[in-house]
Amino acid sequence: MAEATANGDIAPDEHRSASGQLLAADGTPLKKSIRRSEARARLRAFLLVAPLLIFVLLSFIAPIADMLFRSVENEIVADTLPRTVEALDAWDPQTGPPPEPVYRAFYDDMLEATELKIHTRLGSRLNYEESGMSSLFRKTNERRLERFDLDQPLQPQFVDLDKDWGEVEPWAVIKTFAPRYTWGYFLQAADMRLTPGGVEMAPEFEQIYLKLFWRTILLSCTITLSCLLLGYPVAWLLSNLPARSANLLMILVLLPFWTSLLVRTSAWKVLLQEQGVINDILVYIGIVSDAGRLVMINNQTGTIIAMTHILLPFMVLPLYSVMKTIPPSYLRAAKSLGATDWTAFWRVYFPQSVPGIGAGAILVFILAIGYYITPELVGGTDGTFISNRIAFHISTSLNWGLAAALGSLLLILVLGLYWLYDRIVGIDNVKLG
Amino acid sequence: MALQPYASTGQRIWYYTFRVLCGLILFFLIFPIIIIIPLSFNALPYFTFTPGMLALEADAYSLEHYRDFFYNDAWQQALWNSLSIAPAATLLSVSLGTLAAIGLSSGKMPFRGVVMAILISPMIVPLIISAAGMYFFYSRIGLQGTWFGVVLAHAALGVPFVIITVTATLVGFDRSLTRAAANMGAGPVRTFFKVQMPLILPGVISGGLFAFITSFDEVVVILFLGSAGEQTLPWRMFTGLREQISPSILAVATLLVSVSVILLVTLEILRRRSERLRGMSPG
Repeated sequence: MAEATANGDIAPDEHRSASGQLLAADGTPLKKSIRRSEARARLRAFLLVAPLLIFVLLSFIAPIADMLFRSVENEIVADTLPRTVEALDAWDPQTGPPPEPVYRAFYDDMLEATELKIHTRLGSRLNYEESGMSSLFRKTNERRLERFDLDQPLQPQFVDLDKDWGEVEPWAVIKTFAPRYTWGYFLQAADMRLTPGGVEMAPEFEQIYLKLFWRTILLSCTITLSCLLLGYPVAWLLSNLPARSANLLMILVLLPFWTSLLVRTSAWKVLLQEQGVINDILVYIGIVSDAGRLVMINNQTGTIIAMTHILLPFMVLPLYSVMKTIPPSYLRAAKSLGATDWTAFWRVYFPQSVPGIGAGAILVFILAIGYYITPELVGGTDGTFISNRIAFHISTSLNWGLAAALGSLLLILVLGLYWLYDRIVGIDNVKLG
Repeated sequence: MALQPYASTGQRIWYYTFRVLCGLILFFLIFPIIIIIPLSFNALPYFTFTPGMLALEADAYSLEHYRDFFYNDAWQQALWNSLSIAPAATLLSVSLGTLAAIGLSSGKMPFRGVVMAILISPMIVPLIISAAGMYFFYSRIGLQGTWFGVVLAHAALGVPFVIITVTATLVGFDRSLTRAAANMGAGPVRTFFKVQMPLILPGVISGGLFAFITSFDEVVVILFLGSAGEQTLPWRMFTGLREQISPSILAVATLLVSVSVILLVTLEILRRRSERLRGMSPG
């Protein structure tokens, strides 16, 4: 030590290269050695994460990407009727029905399509845009096409098969939806439609999606607000009680949190029925007459009550974790300076609890807006959400493109809200249990 | 929080009103879950208390609905499916998730933010969207309607919970312990199983419980991805509630509530143990 100090140099000479660089034990320059070991540590971290990353990319991200792709994908027209699409390219709907070569091309395409039995699929696809297309394509089957006399002009024979083939309308629809990618589904999701003449609003009676989005947002806001109204006092009580009793009461919040969603939904389904426990109690007390039992299920009331109950813990927990950090001495200080109870709460305590309100409210709103199960079971017809419509299009109407477009819009909405949540709270601060 | 001895009458009234109000809200939270327990023992196929039940007559109560659950093949098949899918999905997400959490916590992970966002995304995206995407994609590759497809989907949904709990446990992990183990000649595998794993085990188990309950309770994705052969308990409950509500649903619900009570207790024990291991006092 004394020697080193005398030399003014702590590292002994054998740990320095000729040029004065520090060397590691194996003789490589220290800088290089550190860099190499850092790179190795990075590689190891990456290799540890890689299996899961690949797994999530394949099992989750790829499906989401597939859905986004399906919302604009429209290859069926160009794939089923390649020659027709090409022939229609030069045709202008303003000039009346298409010329003979289009019918020729269409005949060839349809002959192939009917052989593969894919023409009905194209019919159902085009039926989403213009009703009547499905039956038109189903009518134009293999048996009918084989009876055509190819030496005669084909147009009259098509008109003979169905007079619609002599009109401009079906050809214009095929031409409009010939491109491989389309915004058509998104337009439908916004109550508009792509017509040969351009974008226009859907007929009044078909405008349901904007209303449905609006209702979803409105109901989610109501649910968030009622969660806040119910959650704030409870969170305040929990964070101000002595630890032992707070822990006991916390069980009352955590047990519903941990109970299966279906259990809670079925409980509400049972409770809110016309012959259910709540109505029985109300009749027994005499608030409502036996004939005037309240209708609390299969409508918006049912959705709001059940979902407020289900999402309340998601409001209480973030509020509680924020309120726990507010020192109770602040309130005492405010009061000792002459503030009334209300002023002390409103001017001192409440502003400090705002981050908790923000976190809880956004979390509850995000969860509510994408809910499917509970509205489906207790929402009836006017208490359902956009998710119920998505499910309907996937499993009942089979309009997957529209389902994908509605899903993409919902996804964008939710991701936007999460971005906000991340700005306010930080995703890393998500706590469980 | 306690009422001051010098509090005015108004303050006293408010203090008790507030307590009653909070009591009512907590009652609202717990009431629906508690009420189904006695209702599930109803001897008659009603969803409300019969006069006999209110009079506490023994004949008004029966185990009929439980018998129905345990002797009905469809319910048993559903239970069996739930018990085969959830553990498989949990095993997959816990094993991959724990490794990844260790990598993510090392502080050397490149693009940590992006990777984290991808791994957490199954929790963020609404279930109906995940279900739609998986339905489209899994039908393309032939996994739709298979047991394996459902397990993959459920494992993906459980991953965020494992990542979050295990990385949270690793925050308090003393890295010099692994260095010490390596110093004394233990290889990386041995260090992992003998030193690191026992210390982070509570976090891993609670992550696993989260993943398990996610799969066990999940109904949206399986409604789309599963075929009739993969009907799980939540699926049967869902169809039962939507079509013909039968009282055996209440019996199943009661059994599931007991499962969640056990889970809640286990998690609490794990949390205390983990805090003790990390040298923190239980809160």
